[in-house]
Amino acid sequence: MKESKIAFRIKLLPVLLALAALAAWAVLSNMGVFPRSSFPAPMEVATGLGEEFQRGRLFQDVVASVYRVMVGFGLAALLGIPLGLVIGLRANARAALLPFVNFFRNLSPLAWIPFAILWFGVGDTPSIFLIFVSVFFSVVLSTAAVASVPAVYFRVARDYGLRGAELLTQVTIPAILPQIITTLRVTAGLAWLVVVAAEMIAGRDGLGFLIWDARNGLRNDLVVVGMVVIGLIGVVIDRILMQLTRIPSVGWGYER
Amino acid sequence: MRDSLLRLENVSRSFGPVSVLHDLSLEIRRGEFVAVVGPSGCGKTTLLNLLSGYDRPTSGRIDGSGTVRMVYQQSGLFPWKTAEENVLLGLRHVRDHAERRRQLRQMLVLIGLEGFGGHYPHQLSGGMQQRVELARALIGESDLLLMDEPFSSLDYITRLKMRGELARLLEERPRTVVLVTHDIEEAAQLADRVLVLSGRPAQVQREICLSLPRPRPLTHPEVVRAVHMVLAELGLEDNGTESPRVETRLPKGRTG
Repeated sequence: MKESKIAFRIKLLPVLLALAALAAWAVLSNMGVFPRSSFPAPMEVATGLGEEFQRGRLFQDVVASVYRVMVGFGLAALLGIPLGLVIGLRANARAALLPFVNFFRNLSPLAWIPFAILWFGVGDTPSIFLIFVSVFFSVVLSTAAVASVPAVYFRVARDYGLRGAELLTQVTIPAILPQIITTLRVTAGLAWLVVVAAEMIAGRDGLGFLIWDARNGLRNDLVVVGMVVIGLIGVVIDRILMQLTRIPSVGWGYER
Repeated sequence: MRDSLLRLENVSRSFGPVSVLHDLSLEIRRGEFVAVVGPSGCGKTTLLNLLSGYDRPTSGRIDGSGTVRMVYQQSGLFPWKTAEENVLLGLRHVRDHAERRRQLRQMLVLIGLEGFGGHYPHQLSGGMQQRVELARALIGESDLLLMDEPFSSLDYITRLKMRGELARLLEERPRTVVLVTHDIEEAAQLADRVLVLSGRPAQVQREICLSLPRPRPLTHPEVVRAVHMVLAELGLEDNGTESPRVETRLPKGRTG
């Protein structure tokens, strides 16, 4: 009884806070503290949301942004994990490539914007490229941490005759999987930040373009619509990736 | 005289200029339990690595054959595999599925972990984890069991219980055992022969034989005397006037 009460309160509190914030927003904009044009009212935003939704543009923008993140992020993970394994397991590759990877990891992905446009023009490709460079190097680095997996695991694997593909799938990858999942969660968030910036500059659709277009058309209500949708989808993406930490065989990596 | 399982003849191992083992000769006979004690850093682990075939001597000969299993100092259980999956590593050579299940079930009962097969190591207590390690090493066919301070990370009471547990398991699954430990009580309570190693470069300084059947009470006079003798040999206790009744002898080719 008591526990279910606590669980209920934990669910209820954020809802109450959101309602309070919404009420405060409505009161502030009704009192006219800020000029209407730079501080849209909740009702205007709700109307704008309905409008965008009905015209089908919002849905298209969401699909465009999510598609770019999925392709860029997917490619970065697909190529970054194998490269990270090679760097982690081969001392020569590590010595040669690690400084290089570190350099690009610390380079803001937004610094690539001029070349992204120069090379790929506008549309999906520059955004996908920018997402790729913002995710790829982090994934490589966290997978390369396989170099610090306790040596005893590899000795035990040897004792029991695990080698080749079996060694990779039963020992090497499981040993770093918790860390890879954590990195994927962090970089998915990063990719979602980057796609907005990329679409503002090199997009003709997508949620970033929606915001930029609304701003150019002095429709600040639609800017807020874009902000709300971006925030909500970001939370959903993180929730989905969080499910990966519930896989039983990675639970050990999150025990503290 | 039981036949020899493993014989080291004038074995030396050095790492660069550091001579860790020098001119060491040793015979492990089938079915016996040999404990190796000595000052820390004297080369006990190097000796185990030579016995397991993981490392090669710089000079000298090692003759022996048979399957070797090793229990490591820090937990060598794979945290991403359940207790059951860890134990099954020891049965990789058994192809028949039903036979694997049968042997696994038998082993889980033997170590008192029936019903815990689906648990991950981090969900088990330290003592339970150690029993899973023993099960993995003892299941299936093997000739020599090497143990590198297997109980050193356990608390004192659990350690005492695990000694009894090991004695009981060996009763059921007889193996030749070489136990490397800095726990002198453990050596005296379990071993048929206790080899006291000298400091680096390590040689067998004294050999103490015990004929008492296992499990032995920790406070049994013969165990206590053996502890006393090892301590005296390591210079940690005066060799008092009491004349020990334990049979002791110097290794071949050495005069005391």
